[in-house]
Amino acid sequence: MSKEWPLWEVFVRAKNGLAHKHVGSVHAADGRMAIEAARDTYTRRMEGISLWVVPSASIVASDPNDAGELFEPAADKVYRHPTFYSIPDHIKNI
Amino acid sequence: MYTTELDDNKKKPATVPSAPEDPVRLAAFEARVAADDFIEPKDWMPEAYRKTLIRQISQHAHSEIVGMLPEGNWITRAPSLRRKAVLLAKVQDEGGHGLYLYAAAETLGTSRDEMIEALHSGRAKYSTIFNYPTLTWADIGAIGWLVDGAAIMNQVPLQRTSYGPYARAMVRICKEESFHQRQGYEIMMTLAAGTAEQKRMAQSALDRWWWPSLMMFGPPDDNSPNSAQSMRWRIKRETNDQIRQKFIDVTVPQAEAIDLQVPDPALKWNETRGSYDFGEIDWEEFYAVVRGEGPLAKERMNARVKAWEEGAWVREAAMAHADKRRVRAAAE
Ligand SMILES: [Fe+2]
Ligand SMILES: [Fe+2]
Repeated sequence: MSKEWPLWEVFVRAKNGLAHKHVGSVHAADGRMAIEAARDTYTRRMEGISLWVVPSASIVASDPNDAGELFEPAADKVYRHPTFYSIPDHIKNI
Repeated sequence: MYTTELDDNKKKPATVPSAPEDPVRLAAFEARVAADDFIEPKDWMPEAYRKTLIRQISQHAHSEIVGMLPEGNWITRAPSLRRKAVLLAKVQDEGGHGLYLYAAAETLGTSRDEMIEALHSGRAKYSTIFNYPTLTWADIGAIGWLVDGAAIMNQVPLQRTSYGPYARAMVRICKEESFHQRQGYEIMMTLAAGTAEQKRMAQSALDRWWWPSLMMFGPPDDNSPNSAQSMRWRIKRETNDQIRQKFIDVTVPQAEAIDLQVPDPALKWNETRGSYDFGEIDWEEFYAVVRGEGPLAKERMNARVKAWEEGAWVREAAMAHADKRRVRAAAE
């Protein structure tokens, strides 16, 4: 049985100035083929002007079970937001 | 502004053009930039553009990192738990800003280690403002209000700078800066409405931070040798003097609103210009601080180098541990 082509994650930059954004994945034998497959799959309607492909196996993802300890601590730190500070309305540009 | 080009010699242009660029590619590049297109890491760019950006972005990054020192100095002495949590969060943000910017500079082909080496050896500059001491708690208020306020003034137009990764870092940073300025102003507002002694503290902090804050925007336009090219390349979107004036115009009423005096006897609203006229800035002081003669320049750099050297074993141990795990995983 032949080996399955590895999976690649595809990122598209819609236009210069914007960051590449994850759009999906493709199977391909190597990076070059992955770019071509990504082009055919994800940019047929002028969705972008630049592609990144990254071997899916290279992505280290956070564990959903850890979401609490990773992200909840931000919830009670409202002072990281400008609206936490009350500044009278007549004081402008701040 | 963490990003004015800080050269200690005001006469010499900072960028010496290297080999002449291919005129066709150069013209195409200039046209793209002139049309407000963004340049991304894999696009062709003139060497001088790349070098100027590396210098500007790394200086900006160094300023964020060194900027943590004067404020970090007050974390343990903040007057309440609330103030302490806020200051900690602010200083943490500044560390993050440094990281965004170092990462943006790395897309241009330099490395973190190279940039840090340049800072520690004194070749790279950082904003002169951080070489002034933070004498009282009111200084923390003045820094947030004035220094972060000046940084915002400078950074908002840079969200549209021509280099994509820098512009995107700036968008993140600007979003985070707003709380920095508001917490600083809140401290000043509270002190100014407090006891006579607290109000004096606030006034003295404003007295000491006002002029250095104005200097943050960099030398006057006629003494800013690389300004024209940087403006053309959209690495800079407004001139030093333009942003400085804007800052003064919005900040003076904020001082008046809390009954503090801006320490400039020449300050006067100019009806025809629709702006404040202001007094002469002491540029000799500015250049002296750029040259490293600021009150705390040595102390700041010693603190940085010490942190870097004393952290070396942690960096090494983490790498050694990761290597060992890799070898073990490969063996299984
Ligand atoms: Fe910052
Ligand atoms: Fe800040």
